[in-house]
Amino acid sequence: MDRELIANLEEKAKKIRRHIVRMIGEAGSGHPGGSLSSADIVTALYFNEMRIDPQFPQWPGRDRFVLSKGHAAPLLYAALAERGYFPADDLMTLRKMGSPLQGHPAMQKLQGVEMSTGSLGQGLSAANGMALAGKLNNMDYHVYVLLGDGEIQEGQVWEAAMAASHYKLDNVTVFLDHNKLQIDGFTRKVMSPEPLEEKWTSFGWNVQVIDGHNIEQILRALKQSYAGNGKPNIIIAETVKGKGVSFMEGEVDWHGSAPKPDQVEKALQELA
Amino acid sequence: MADKISTREAYGKALVELGKENKDVVVLDADLSKSTKTVNFSREFPERFFDMGIAEQNMMGTAAGLAAAGKIPFASTFAVFATGRTYDQVRNSIAYPALNVAVAASHAGITVGEDGASHQALEDIALMRVLPNMTVFVPADGPQTEAAVRAAVEINGPVYIRLGRPKIPVLYGDNFEFIPGKAVKAREGKDVTIIACGLMVSYALEAADQLEKEEGVSAAVLDMHTIKPLDAASIVEAARETGAVVTAEEHSIIGGLGSAVAETLGETLPVPMMRVGMPDLFGESGKPDELIENYGMSASNINAVVKEVLTRKK
Repeated sequence: MDRELIANLEEKAKKIRRHIVRMIGEAGSGHPGGSLSSADIVTALYFNEMRIDPQFPQWPGRDRFVLSKGHAAPLLYAALAERGYFPADDLMTLRKMGSPLQGHPAMQKLQGVEMSTGSLGQGLSAANGMALAGKLNNMDYHVYVLLGDGEIQEGQVWEAAMAASHYKLDNVTVFLDHNKLQIDGFTRKVMSPEPLEEKWTSFGWNVQVIDGHNIEQILRALKQSYAGNGKPNIIIAETVKGKGVSFMEGEVDWHGSAPKPDQVEKALQELA
Repeated sequence: MADKISTREAYGKALVELGKENKDVVVLDADLSKSTKTVNFSREFPERFFDMGIAEQNMMGTAAGLAAAGKIPFASTFAVFATGRTYDQVRNSIAYPALNVAVAASHAGITVGEDGASHQALEDIALMRVLPNMTVFVPADGPQTEAAVRAAVEINGPVYIRLGRPKIPVLYGDNFEFIPGKAVKAREGKDVTIIACGLMVSYALEAADQLEKEEGVSAAVLDMHTIKPLDAASIVEAARETGAVVTAEEHSIIGGLGSAVAETLGETLPVPMMRVGMPDLFGESGKPDELIENYGMSASNINAVVKEVLTRKK
C-alpha cells in the first residue's frame, strides 16, 4: 500500500484529534473519548474513501456518512472543516448559542451532515433508507455508518441489521467503534454486546475485525467491503477510547467531560 | 343513506394513484399492509414497497433515510404504534430534521373496537401536534383523505395523517376544496359552533340536525381537518359569531383538538366552551358504536354537551 498516502492520513488524523481536543476544551463540554477513538476511521473515510464534493454538498451521487453515535459530533465537524465544508475557525463555536455546530449533529443546520443523530441507535435505519434509495435510483453511491459498541445495546440497531441483510444492502458499510467503554463503565459489564462477530455474522453481514487505529487496515477493510455479494458490511474496529491523549486513553471518565485549559495544552503537545 | 368508506380504504386508493403519478413515492409498512391498505400499493408497485416487518422503530428511521435521499415515503402502521412505539424515531429522525416523511397511521381512536385499549390510539394527536415542523391531518371522510394524502406530498416537511378503521359517511362530493390549515364550514349555524375532526364531523352534523329539529338550536359545524397548523382565525370567528363552542374528537380530551381550540380561545376570545372526547381513561373491547356511545362521543352525547354549554352562554 502507498506509504505516503498512509503517512498523510495519519498526519491528518492527528490534526483532527487536535481540533477535537481544542473544540471540546473551548466548549467546556462534550465527548472526547469516543471522538478520539473513531478519528482514524473517519479520517480514512473523508480524506481517501468517500466521493464527496464540499462545493456541492447535496450532489445526489455522493457517498454518505451517518454518524450514528452522534455524541462524536466534534470528530465529524473537524473532518468536515478540514475537508473544506466550512472554515476551521468555526470549530470553536461548538455547542455555543447560534452555532450550526450543535452538541449533536443537526442536518438542517450544517451542510455535510447527512442525518441528525444523537438519540442512539437510529443511524443505521436512516443509512438503510439512503441505501435503498440508491438502489431504486440505480446510483452506485455507498453509505457509511459509525456505530458505537455501547450504542448497539439499542434494539433498533438489530431491527436495522435484520433489514439491511433482508434487503441485500451491500452498499452499506458500518464501522463499529469497539472501544469497550460506555458511560457507566466497561460495556461487557454494563450490558455485554458480545460476541460481536458471531452476532453480525448470524444477521447475514460480511464481518471483518481490524485494528481501528491502523490506517492501512482500515483502507484494506474498506476495499474488501465493496465485494457486492448482496450482504451489508461491518468492520469491527478494535479501538482505544480517548486514543492519542495519554491521560484519556482507556479512561471512562473522559467519555463525556471536557479537558481544562492545562489539559488541552498537554493533549496538544502529545498530538503535535 | 350516504356512501360509506373508511379513511384507511381511501388512503390505500390514493396511494396507488400517487404511485402512478410520482415515481418518488415509496411506501413502508410494518406487517399490517392488509389492514392499513398499503397492500394495494404493494401489489401495483412491489419495487417501491418495503415491508419492514414488526419493527416500527426501524421503519420510521428507514423512511427518514429514504426522504433524506429524495424519496417521498409514506410509513404506515396502526396509530398506536406509529406515534407511541416510535415516538423518539419520529421526533429525532423525522421531525427534527424536517424530512418529507408522511406518517399515515390507521386504526386511530376507540373505533378500533374489539382489539381493546392496547390498540386504541387516543393520544396520537397530542403527541404529534407538539412536535415542531409536523403537520397534522385528521380527515373526516374518504375524499378528504385522498386530498390530505396528496397535500402531504406537496408539503415540505413531515406530515401525520390520522386514519380510521370503520366505514364512515362520505361528506364531500367531487367538488370540494382542501386547503391544509384552513377549516371547512360543514354546516352553517348561529347559536353555537361544534368544531370537530375525523369521523366526529359526521357525528357533529348528526347532532346539529337533531338540535335543529328537537330544540330549535342552530349549530354550525367546523371541520378542523388540520390540527396543525391550526386555523386559529376560523376558530375565533366561530366564537365571535356564535358565542359558544363545543369540540368533538375521537381522542383524549387532553392534548388534542379540544385542547388546541381551548388554547386559542383562552388567549383570544374566551367564550363558553366544552370538549367532547375520550375521558382520561383507557378504552376497552367492544363494538365501535357501543364504545363511542359508552365513552360519551356519540351524536346524542354531543347534543347534550351543546345544551349544557348553551346554558352558560350569556
